[in-house]
Amino acid sequence: MSDPSQPVSGEPGHGNPNERGSGLAGLRVLFPYARQVRWFLVASGAAALVSMLSGMAIPLVTQRIIDGPLVDGDLRQLAWLIVVVLALGAAEAGLILVRRLLVAGPVTSLEHRMRMDLYGLLQRLPVAFHDRWQSGQLLSRAVSDLTIIRRFLAFGGIFLVVNAITVAVGFVILFWLAPAFGFILLTTSVPLVLLSYRYERQFKVAARSAQDQGGDLATVVEESVLGIRVLKAFGRGPQLASRFIADARVLRTTELRKVHILAVLWAVLILLPELALAGMLAFGAFSVANGSMTIGTLVAGVTTMAFIRWPIDAMGWLLAEASNAASASQRFSEIFAWPGQQPASVIREPARPRALARPASGRLRLEGVRFGYPESTGEVLRGVDLDVEPGETVALVGVTGSGKTTLTALVPRLYDVTAGRITLDGVDIRELALHDLRRVIATAFEDPVLFSASVRENVALGAPWASDDDIAEALQVAHADGFVDALPWGVRTRIGEQGLSLSGGQRQRLALARAVVGKPAVLVLDDPLSALDVHTEAEVERALRRVLRNVTALVVAHRPSTVQLADRVALLSGGRIAALGTHSELLATDHRYRAVLSSLKAPEEVGAR
Amino acid sequence: MTVIDEQSDRRPGTSGNTERRPVDAPEEHDAWRGVAAEDLDEVDHETGLRLASRSRRLLGTLLRPHLRPAVFALVVVVLENLITLAGPLLIAALIDVGIPAAIGGRPGPLFGFVLAYAACGIASSALRAVFLEVSGRIGQDVLLELRRLVFERAQRLSVAFHEKYTSGRMISRLTSDLDSLNDMLGMGLDGLFVSGLSVLTIGGVMLWLDAPLALVVLAGFVPLLLLTNWFRHRSQRTYRRTRTAVAKVIVQFVETMNGIRAVQAFRRQERNESIMARQGGEYARANRAALRLVAVYMTTLRLVGGVSLAAVLAYGGWRVSAGTLELGTLAAFTLYLRRFYDPLDDLAMFLNSYQSAVAALEKISGVLTEPVSVPEPVHPRPLPAHPRGELSFEGVTFAYDGAPERIVLPEFSLHVPAGQTVALVGATGAGKSTLAKLVARFYDPVTGAVRLDGVDLRSVTDAELRRAVVMVTQESFLFSGSVADNIAIGKPTATRAEIEAAATAVGADEFIRALPDGYDTDVRKRGGRLSAGQRQLVAFARAFLADPAVLVLDEATSSMDIPSERAVQGALRTVLADRTALIIAHRLSTVLIADRVLVVDRGRIIEDGPPERLIADTGAFATLHQAWRNSLV
Repeated sequence: MSDPSQPVSGEPGHGNPNERGSGLAGLRVLFPYARQVRWFLVASGAAALVSMLSGMAIPLVTQRIIDGPLVDGDLRQLAWLIVVVLALGAAEAGLILVRRLLVAGPVTSLEHRMRMDLYGLLQRLPVAFHDRWQSGQLLSRAVSDLTIIRRFLAFGGIFLVVNAITVAVGFVILFWLAPAFGFILLTTSVPLVLLSYRYERQFKVAARSAQDQGGDLATVVEESVLGIRVLKAFGRGPQLASRFIADARVLRTTELRKVHILAVLWAVLILLPELALAGMLAFGAFSVANGSMTIGTLVAGVTTMAFIRWPIDAMGWLLAEASNAASASQRFSEIFAWPGQQPASVIREPARPRALARPASGRLRLEGVRFGYPESTGEVLRGVDLDVEPGETVALVGVTGSGKTTLTALVPRLYDVTAGRITLDGVDIRELALHDLRRVIATAFEDPVLFSASVRENVALGAPWASDDDIAEALQVAHADGFVDALPWGVRTRIGEQGLSLSGGQRQRLALARAVVGKPAVLVLDDPLSALDVHTEAEVERALRRVLRNVTALVVAHRPSTVQLADRVALLSGGRIAALGTHSELLATDHRYRAVLSSLKAPEEVGAR
Repeated sequence: MTVIDEQSDRRPGTSGNTERRPVDAPEEHDAWRGVAAEDLDEVDHETGLRLASRSRRLLGTLLRPHLRPAVFALVVVVLENLITLAGPLLIAALIDVGIPAAIGGRPGPLFGFVLAYAACGIASSALRAVFLEVSGRIGQDVLLELRRLVFERAQRLSVAFHEKYTSGRMISRLTSDLDSLNDMLGMGLDGLFVSGLSVLTIGGVMLWLDAPLALVVLAGFVPLLLLTNWFRHRSQRTYRRTRTAVAKVIVQFVETMNGIRAVQAFRRQERNESIMARQGGEYARANRAALRLVAVYMTTLRLVGGVSLAAVLAYGGWRVSAGTLELGTLAAFTLYLRRFYDPLDDLAMFLNSYQSAVAALEKISGVLTEPVSVPEPVHPRPLPAHPRGELSFEGVTFAYDGAPERIVLPEFSLHVPAGQTVALVGATGAGKSTLAKLVARFYDPVTGAVRLDGVDLRSVTDAELRRAVVMVTQESFLFSGSVADNIAIGKPTATRAEIEAAATAVGADEFIRALPDGYDTDVRKRGGRLSAGQRQLVAFARAFLADPAVLVLDEATSSMDIPSERAVQGALRTVLADRTALIIAHRLSTVLIADRVLVVDRGRIIEDGPPERLIADTGAFATLHQAWRNSLV
């Protein structure tokens, strides 16, 4: 596979565990975002640096105190130097405040911006993408990964730079105090850098795995919660729990691997500076003994080492944070890279969209439409030709798996045809702005997805401009007004997430109301009456018939009662329109049609029993 | 039913009667969300204390099994600290003893001190690595245990609870809240040990070295303690706010992704973005507030450290010049002071992540302490090895939330002999689904009892009940995996042949074989590529494979086309003939295969009898049947 960001495991959103190369390269992704707040970051870095340097200057003053006033007994000079220590201490503390306050706003906004960008993109990525990517992988990117990035930008990133500079300054001071001190530290630095590099790379691989596994865990969590009814009904909660625990154990193993790498790295980072300090003590003490160095210089050297010890120590943690952030950024960017990798699945906005007549007359034509799902070999639709006149209602009928539902997804461009074309008022729908297309075409899906919002918000989903009267009218058409009025706060009642507290029939009626409220030119209804009881069905049917008189409609039908709504019926078979005509014509002439639609057989059998 | 998590997040006074809370003028920009109980992140002092102690207790319970390794880690840390402490002492000795000895021609002690220092370095770095490994293991074990606890608890909690709690919040408990605990365990745990200890030990050594000078340092503790107390209170509130805010972000995110087809088809993107901008904005503001709080805290900490150093230098310098203090001692003090305040920074960092984790633990412990409204029996009664499937409702009343004004079933009694197929007919809200849910024990009746083979369902273990009773609902949720995996949910031990036989029996075999990889076809997320009818077939195959004594079908065939429905009906008539079945269906074709039809109205049976007899009658069912016949042209 040529593209390194292409997962090898086949599961989207997972990193390649064999990936080599510099671990921190993933941080590149952050540049465009960090750029927007670069002055804050630079200023905060500067504040951190000056604060750190103020701190480091303190031992130098301490040296002056020990070598100067304390030896001479000059208390006035002592007072002055102590004021300097106090000032440096205050500067150190004050600048910490400045640094932290400077980044608090920008990094949280930046995290927010990144999340909004991701969310915006995900909302626009085609259904083909959402079919493929596990929701937990998306959630973990939007929440956990961005938290890691925020933390890195607020602390880790700045200190990675500041600590490096501090250590460099420490070097300079040591060289200046006694060149030998500098050389001793330099000698131990070489293995330190090499080992850090090695462990950082190992850590990054583990960090990436941990994040991917966290995403997998989130997927199981989501399914366990969303599928709670099935799990309860079959008593399979314990089964899923053991799968969850198995996954959590895998994650634990990875986290322990991270702990191990970090422990070794940390030990190295503590050990080498300590050995350097021992070397400096040996050299310094002998030099003092033979008179070539003052005690003050030795103390200052040791204190300086004490000061750069923390920056070096912290490198272990900082490198870990940087690795985490780098792979989090990479995971974030993979979603942005998807359209480039799967160009065939992308639903593109036309470069120069063509305008639709207003109002659109609603002539819908399917010309040689072929469709196969990405990454699957077979075609579901193999050349569908269908012409729906303005105002006409055509029912789509066919056996399970004949592609009816797929066809309805093509009209609002949830997927694009793989060959052929669909036109609306003579214009290829791919040449229309998506927003325009989806404004004139409204769909009622067979799964009525409701959002945790008021009834009103749910109905006005596609038509936020809808007035109260429009809503009331739509609810009436769908025969939902009765039960909505009975809700505690009427149309203002929040219906549970996914409307689970409503019955299937109620949800379906709200979905229907949603489709008709915007007065679209084309209605696509996927088995809109399936969950309704006979009485309600008859009433909704009557009201719907009135609406359909002026609207072009494509209605997936499983039953004669729904077919009654249509002017013509198209029988979908073998990926093509196998027969086209009125219900009674087809019933009389086509045996396949009879097999699909005639339920008269069932009661006869009952009678015969 | 109490939802502790919700309740405790609410202002006192409104907590009792949550669901019926009248609209107190919801803010304009939130009106879209509609009216329901909201959680507020302001809690009163008392509730705050209760929550905090609840989460501390939870943390204690989790840590208890790891006492031994924790003690070991503690010993390691103490050793490491003692060794690290020796560093400045050795340096002081080197200056005060080693150098004069070397000048006097005896370099031995000097060498000794240097070697001892190097040895200390080696030992402390090794101990550090050991500590990190041990504490990391404890942390990960605790996290794993907590994950398991919350997950299993979530699975045990009733459907009613989940409906009220909403999936987004549960997901945020199980993901983001646990993450923040992981953060604390990852970086904070050693912070607590190390910092607390080094502060104590360094304080001790300083007292031993020179008590008056040490007292100058310790005086700084007074402002520190006051400051820490202030920080603890403020940060608790702030982190509570972040947890609530991130949960809302997760809810919005999860809902959007799960409803992506509707979002795109109805151009809801922009509206969603403005909602997300608001939820995410609040999260960002909460995080900002937390960061600023830490900023003030850390700064003041440092400032106290700086002032202490100046004070030590002034007082110590004066005493050195007065000859009452060794120069080496003062040098050691300045070093110790640094080591005294550095861990305080760590301690502050720990406190910070601890507060964040505690806020998360508050929410998590809310789920863990939530009583299971459909509890497992304490003294379970066994069902017969092969349950016959005789069902009876005895004086069952039921109301959602136990609220008297929401009574669905007033005094309902019914006896279904084993093997009978009963169809429930009635308008929406008549109570049909409630009856089904009572049989599947998604809820328990308020009074009366539902019995299977004479055994009250409340005294049957969940595992046993699910073997005997299976319910298929209209929303046929598919899990990630293959079609075969999804059917196997009915019976995890099923062989491929059994799975295929089940699919064939319900007429699903044909379409499954036509899928790209047949039974091994990945159903994609939530079965996105199967039509609703196909998913219902898979769900039905599941139930068929489970082979229960009692089958409950709640609108389980609504989206099927006629040939599929016929196949399912065939399966019901032949293979499931000796099973007890409770069928709720709007399709009269399905109702007609029943042995017995019950017409339900407002929780009461108004007609009861075999379909033929009811049709011949003049009641509601006869009317319904006529309407249906007319629609079948």
